[in-house]
Amino acid sequence: MTQRLFTQIDPGAIVLGVEAGDRETVIRLLADRLLSGGYVKDSFADAVIAREAAMPTGLPLGRAVNVAVPHTDPEHVLKPGIALATLATPVAFANMEDPDEAVEVGLVFLMALNDKDRQIEMLQQIMATIQDEAAVMGLMQAASLDDVAAILK
Amino acid sequence: MSIKKRVLFACGTGIATSTVVSHAVVEAMKERGIDIDPRQCKATEVRSELGGMDLIVSTTQLPSELPVPSIVTLAFLTGMGKAEALDKIEAALRA
Repeated sequence: MTQRLFTQIDPGAIVLGVEAGDRETVIRLLADRLLSGGYVKDSFADAVIAREAAMPTGLPLGRAVNVAVPHTDPEHVLKPGIALATLATPVAFANMEDPDEAVEVGLVFLMALNDKDRQIEMLQQIMATIQDEAAVMGLMQAASLDDVAAILK
Repeated sequence: MSIKKRVLFACGTGIATSTVVSHAVVEAMKERGIDIDPRQCKATEVRSELGGMDLIVSTTQLPSELPVPSIVTLAFLTGMGKAEALDKIEAALRA
């Protein structure tokens, strides 16, 4: 039985309409939420930021809103979880495929992963959401958790 | 009669995006008559993992001058250019 993506995101880790100056600010904000929820270790935020610099996760979608899926190694993760932010103003991430290219990102899924075989459904659901233009636009306009719940099936 | 091939799927951590790509490619190639034995690793570990591999598919930049054919694509994450990416993978595996 497939769990809805929304039920796998801690409500405390959904932040809508964030004003953040850069990607590090967004990552720290979301990592703090995952830390409070007991999903990750103290080391998670720094590890994600370091990994983002070396192996970026910006995904250019060729649309108005691009997405980033920052994450890091399992050793910094206590249990699987996702944090989500919509940004009031896009911030630059680097392109996963080409680190020299900037991608203006409006939607961020920070992923705490520790087991690839058990988290494949969650990963597939995130990617399916990213590929659904209406879902991405809906999330960008979401003003409440109810709005998010209606979109993340 | 399907052919059997070994493909190494790589990404930054070796557990996140390469998992999505591996599942998508294995399924799609099954329909095209190619049976893939998938492996996963970090992009930085590719060189030590590519023994016996027919192809490397990665979501992130790979070390240069690898002795095995490789394809870097975000198509299975973004959904853009998926058919073309599958055609390229099939062509590489049938070469």
